[in-house]
Amino acid sequence: MTFFSIDNLAIAFGGLQALQDIRFDVQAGEVFAIIGPNGAGKTTLFNCINGIYRPDAGNIRFDGRNIQGLRPDQVARLGIARTFQNIELFANMTTMENIMLGRHVFMRTGLFRGAAMWGPRSFAGREERDHRRQVEKIIDLLRLQAVRGKLVGALPYGTQKMVELARALALEPKLLLLDEPCAGMTAEEKQDMIFWIKDIQNDLGITILLIEHDMRMVMDISDRILAINFGQPITIGTADEVRRHPEVLKAYLGEEDHRESAA
Amino acid sequence: MIDFIQMLINGIAAGSSYALIGLAMVIIYKTSEVPNFAQGEMALISTYVAYMLLEQHQFPSYLAFPLSLVFAVVLGCILEFTILRRAKEPNVLGMIIITIGIEMILMGLVSWKFGAEQKSMPFPISPYDSVMIGDFFVSTLEVLTLVVALCTMIVLFLFFRYSRLGMAMKATQQNPMAARIMGIRTRRILMATWGISSLVGASAGLLLSPVIMQPYMMWDPMLKGFAAAVMGGMTSLPGAVFGAYLLGIIENLFGGYISIEFKSVVAFAVIVLMLCIRPSGLFARHYVKKV
Ligand SMILES: Nc1ncnc2c1ncn2[C@@H]1O[C@H](COP(=O)(O)OP(=O)(O)O)[C@@H](O)[C@H]1O
Ligand SMILES: [Mg+2]
Repeated sequence: MTFFSIDNLAIAFGGLQALQDIRFDVQAGEVFAIIGPNGAGKTTLFNCINGIYRPDAGNIRFDGRNIQGLRPDQVARLGIARTFQNIELFANMTTMENIMLGRHVFMRTGLFRGAAMWGPRSFAGREERDHRRQVEKIIDLLRLQAVRGKLVGALPYGTQKMVELARALALEPKLLLLDEPCAGMTAEEKQDMIFWIKDIQNDLGITILLIEHDMRMVMDISDRILAINFGQPITIGTADEVRRHPEVLKAYLGEEDHRESAA
Repeated sequence: MIDFIQMLINGIAAGSSYALIGLAMVIIYKTSEVPNFAQGEMALISTYVAYMLLEQHQFPSYLAFPLSLVFAVVLGCILEFTILRRAKEPNVLGMIIITIGIEMILMGLVSWKFGAEQKSMPFPISPYDSVMIGDFFVSTLEVLTLVVALCTMIVLFLFFRYSRLGMAMKATQQNPMAARIMGIRTRRILMATWGISSLVGASAGLLLSPVIMQPYMMWDPMLKGFAAAVMGGMTSLPGAVFGAYLLGIIENLFGGYISIEFKSVVAFAVIVLMLCIRPSGLFARHYVKKV
């Protein structure tokens, strides 16, 4: 049984066919990348998986069940977490609160949580302590200790991206969707991010779907790559196979690689 | 001096009911971005439910008042679920019109069922009882209103800070899409905000009912509560409370020293002035809300 698969997916906005004939499957534990020029439909694909958009046709299967047509919150409960191309944090909350909200789906005590409310030994108190422990683990893992109590809206861009990743991890996902995690980061931050992604794959055993523009990074960390252009699949394969594909070169690598090798 | 302090006290007393309405409106505005013009009439009908239970069904007041508050919560949830949620491609203007429509329906319902004349609510505290604090007279009802307003503020503060539902509401207010991705059922959250807001508003209605109880009773407090919320920036709970007390005090000082006839109007002069000088309100927090 494949862990995650998409079959025949299509969606249009008005006259614009944003995705068509998209099909691929992802094995558990894999880092699977999706590449393509701007406007190719990569983010739209994530939005379909999440349930933010409803595809016009196709199937999305995850962990043995069809998740097509589920609401975003239902998809989240099944264990699919996500980060966004343009950061989507709770800007007016602290880092800690943002990550804590990632644990929303695990919180049992409906109305009142918190040791503050019922005392540390109560059920709610114990529950909160467990959640805090999980959150602290993630904060340690991604080295966010210094910004734990800061409002995220005021943090530097790269740090905000890390907080978003931390919040996604707090959901204890089986599948993690990363939409351009390195966009807008400094070279050093990119290095760190590559390192975390490898850790998340290897140590936490989380399967990752990755959208990324930085070709060197994609080639470095992906097990397999799907290239799309104008909403249509071009090819699927390993980094080397995709790199050599003539249409990929034409559509995508062309511009960037030439610029890079010229530099 | 004695007069001045007495006016101050009266201002604080009036401010308490504005504060409750203002809080109720801010709670809805923060999640739906709609100024809910039905707020007053939602409180009105809940108040009349209490009256009906007490007068027509002889419920004891310890049952009638809590039941009318439960009714308020259910009413808020139902209005959100059956009417506002059905709006196709909602925009703010359309939603405002819908709330005004609800307002008129509720008002009509109350007038039709109970008549337009002044009723006397069998409230456990008479509006004429008063307590002496030092040299000053304060009516017991005003003390109760102040206590209820303060308790409501504290409970709301704790609720938004420590409860799972409160945190989920805050998250939904700040970034609905991210909230959904976190597994939060944002539609239910929206419904719950309407329920809670209706509850807070209804408590104001009940506290006003011993003094005035007829179908138009909520008009003035509702506009003043709205004004207070606007002064506070419309999205800030402390801002609405501060605006409400400021309004209550200014109004009473103006009434005492300058003109009693224009007492009620001065509130709106203050708003116009405020909005000219500081359009975003006193307490507006400028966080970027992503759509
Ligand atoms: N909600 C929407 N309404 C209309 N058009 C959309 C919507 N979402 C995406 N699109 C269009 O779909 C195409 C693919 O967009 P997107 O998935 O964001 O591209 P990518 O992430 O690959 O850069 C673009 O032409 C975009 O304008
Ligand atoms: Mg994109």
